[in-house]
Amino acid sequence: MASYILRRLLQSALILLGITLVTFVLLYLVPADPARQIAGRSATAETVANIRAQLGLDQPFFVQYWRYLTGLLQGDLGRSYLQRTEVSELVASRLPATLLLMAGAIACELALGLTIGIIAALKRNSRLDNGLMIFSFISISAPQFVVGILLLYVFAVKLGWFPIGGYGTFAHLVLPAVTLGFLGGGWYSRMMRSSMIDVLGQDFVRTARANGLSKWRIVLRHVLPNAILPIIAMIGIDIGLFMSGIVVVESVFGWPGIGQLAWQAIQRVDIPIIMGVTLVSATAIVLGNLLADLTAPLIDPRIKLK
Amino acid sequence: MRHLLLAGAATLALAATGALGQSLQDAKQGGSMIVTYKDDVSTLDPAIGYDWQNWSMIKSLFDGLMDYEPGTTELRNELSESHTISDDGKVFTFTLRDGPTFHNGRKITAEDVKYSLDRVTDPETKSPGAGFFAMIEGFDAQSAGEADGLSGVKVLDDRTVEITLTRPDATFLHVMALNFAMVVPKEAVEEFGDDFGKNPVGSGAFKLAEWTLGQRLVFEAYDDYWNEGLPKMEQITFEIGQEPVVALLRLQQGQADIPGDGIPPAQFLEVMNDPEQAKQVVEGGQLHTGYVTMNTQMPPFDNKQVRQAVNMAINKDRIVKVINGRAIPANQPLPPSMPGYAEDYEGYEFDPEKAKELLAEAGFPDGFETELFVYNTDPNPRIAQAIQQDLKAIGITAEIRSLAQANVIAAGGEKDQAPMIWSGGMGWIADFPDPSNFYGPILGCGGAVTGGWNWAWYCNEELDAKAAEADSIVDPARAEERQQMWREIYLQIMEDAPWAPVFHEQRFTIKSDQLGGPDEIFADPVHIPVHYDYVFSKNVQ
Repeated sequence: MASYILRRLLQSALILLGITLVTFVLLYLVPADPARQIAGRSATAETVANIRAQLGLDQPFFVQYWRYLTGLLQGDLGRSYLQRTEVSELVASRLPATLLLMAGAIACELALGLTIGIIAALKRNSRLDNGLMIFSFISISAPQFVVGILLLYVFAVKLGWFPIGGYGTFAHLVLPAVTLGFLGGGWYSRMMRSSMIDVLGQDFVRTARANGLSKWRIVLRHVLPNAILPIIAMIGIDIGLFMSGIVVVESVFGWPGIGQLAWQAIQRVDIPIIMGVTLVSATAIVLGNLLADLTAPLIDPRIKLK
Repeated sequence: MRHLLLAGAATLALAATGALGQSLQDAKQGGSMIVTYKDDVSTLDPAIGYDWQNWSMIKSLFDGLMDYEPGTTELRNELSESHTISDDGKVFTFTLRDGPTFHNGRKITAEDVKYSLDRVTDPETKSPGAGFFAMIEGFDAQSAGEADGLSGVKVLDDRTVEITLTRPDATFLHVMALNFAMVVPKEAVEEFGDDFGKNPVGSGAFKLAEWTLGQRLVFEAYDDYWNEGLPKMEQITFEIGQEPVVALLRLQQGQADIPGDGIPPAQFLEVMNDPEQAKQVVEGGQLHTGYVTMNTQMPPFDNKQVRQAVNMAINKDRIVKVINGRAIPANQPLPPSMPGYAEDYEGYEFDPEKAKELLAEAGFPDGFETELFVYNTDPNPRIAQAIQQDLKAIGITAEIRSLAQANVIAAGGEKDQAPMIWSGGMGWIADFPDPSNFYGPILGCGGAVTGGWNWAWYCNEELDAKAAEADSIVDPARAEERQQMWREIYLQIMEDAPWAPVFHEQRFTIKSDQLGGPDEIFADPVHIPVHYDYVFSKNVQ
């Protein structure tokens, strides 16, 4: 177990290293010169050269990359070009909001996805099942921006149940979490449905039925615990999907998380922030996957870590 | 970098000041307002902040020696009580007011002025505005990092500072009214270092009370502000991270007072067609021109007739319709409210037939293929499509290259990259209301260098010399003559046609019912979206 974790951590570190390299190369190739951007249009060539030297942008690629890595090892994510603030401070100030939104969204996703999946599996091949599966298909493919704006319009503007965007109270959390949950719920419902159907057809369920257990007892005590196993592993992987959705949803609802920070930085080609946010999201994804793999044997003892 | 910038609605300067004074005198202080923005504020350091969002926030937190009459483009003394200009136009002497203090309580002295100018021109500061001070003696040594301050700035006594220029320069007082010239306290800059922009200490009407990154900034009235009766508001909250569409909804629900990013294009007609909402909108001009550059170094745009043909091919009225009439068509680089604007000049008429003839004469009877670069945010790609269609009508096939702003700017700064660029979203808005500000970096030889902003790569040395001559006329009595020279310069540019000017944008500010104040401060040329110091709350009246 310990050697497995160690090996996985080492792998994760290598993956993250690879991600920094790829991001660094891509941003290095962007035809926008940060020194000129900082210097402004009325700068002399000398000023631009001076700034370039101060930022080390006149160094060869590998020197710049090495500098970045050594900084990173000391916990230094760099300083934003345009905001002139430590990237770690900017990210740290926005991380709690993103984590909160993620927790809310996962809760919504599970509640929605599992409910639909269970009902659809129990009413397999009925009209209800077809309807629910069409609904989940739509929810997977709906553009996040459209869903967000629609929910905002109906529940915040027309009905006035929730605040129109912002951050701070539970009421602020509901709509963005539901938007993300609606989109992710579709995946869970399909997964849950097939998993349930699989378990329902197994021998021990038939035996339970033969023993005269009530339908609900069978579902709650015997089917659900078995069917939910693959879903739990999915949550870890899901964090990756979230990262892409969060940029849009945070923008629509004015949610001050790192998705919004990333979006603002991308528009202004503020490279240190883009690097920082990419790294943080990549770490989240890697850790999510690792966590999913590590928890799997705890839930299902048949899985062995090697 | 300059995302869009400042402005100037040189609107009716005289009428405005009179009316403004009267209506404001009666206004009581107190109350609060909420302004919303999509993006986080980048910095509040006056030496660094250079975008449309932080520009007016900085103006409310800091003061400079010079400023403008509210709602106008007319210069006035601010921290300086008075100033004199030597006969040769090279020495400016400012006498400071006795009294103004920084938010830390310390009195402002002439040393602070010198420190601030030395700081902004020091390459270590990495100020995007350093270049504006190039006319001050000792700038070259300072900007090369070889000097210990500007030799041309001298402190004569606690309240007097003397600035010597290397050449007479009529724009210098405007430069001293820029945010980059605002006065900062040395001790605070040294205390916070690179984080001064997050912990600004100025001498303006407001001070920063709270900044929660990514969420909100709160400005509070500075009780010891030297200009009595200001500011009018007790508190301004800037809420960050709200999409313009959402911000407008909040305004309509009474949850916000001003959407700082303006009325979203998609909702513009809806707002203007509703009398109740339209009543809350203030319209103003701004010193902006949107244009298409043609790279005069790249064939076939090295041919003047081709460039003139493009000027005739673009249907500007239709493009103004594309953006819901939020602009007026342009026929020259300068906007109408800028001194030097040629009123009687008619420009190139919209005449595709004549344009085709010109193209044939230039040797392109069947047109040619080219590329049109455009910044990829709405409405710019739509405008580029309209231009593309117009060009198609005279046989020019322009492929649209829709890219991020930084990439378009980078392509424009290379001699052989971008044959045509639509300037929208990066278009020129003057830093200060003087015709020279529309020339140097974007039409002069100085800007036609790698990484420069003269994307037409147009360089006419005769005009450069004439521009320098015009700017050396400092004497206010000869202002008319100077304007005339600038007018001729821009007409010559139109003859050479490195640009096709398309439109001058208008500004529309929507505000809540509770905000009071003359219209001029809601369309203030240098304060976008409003002149925060002068807005008052009707709730406390």
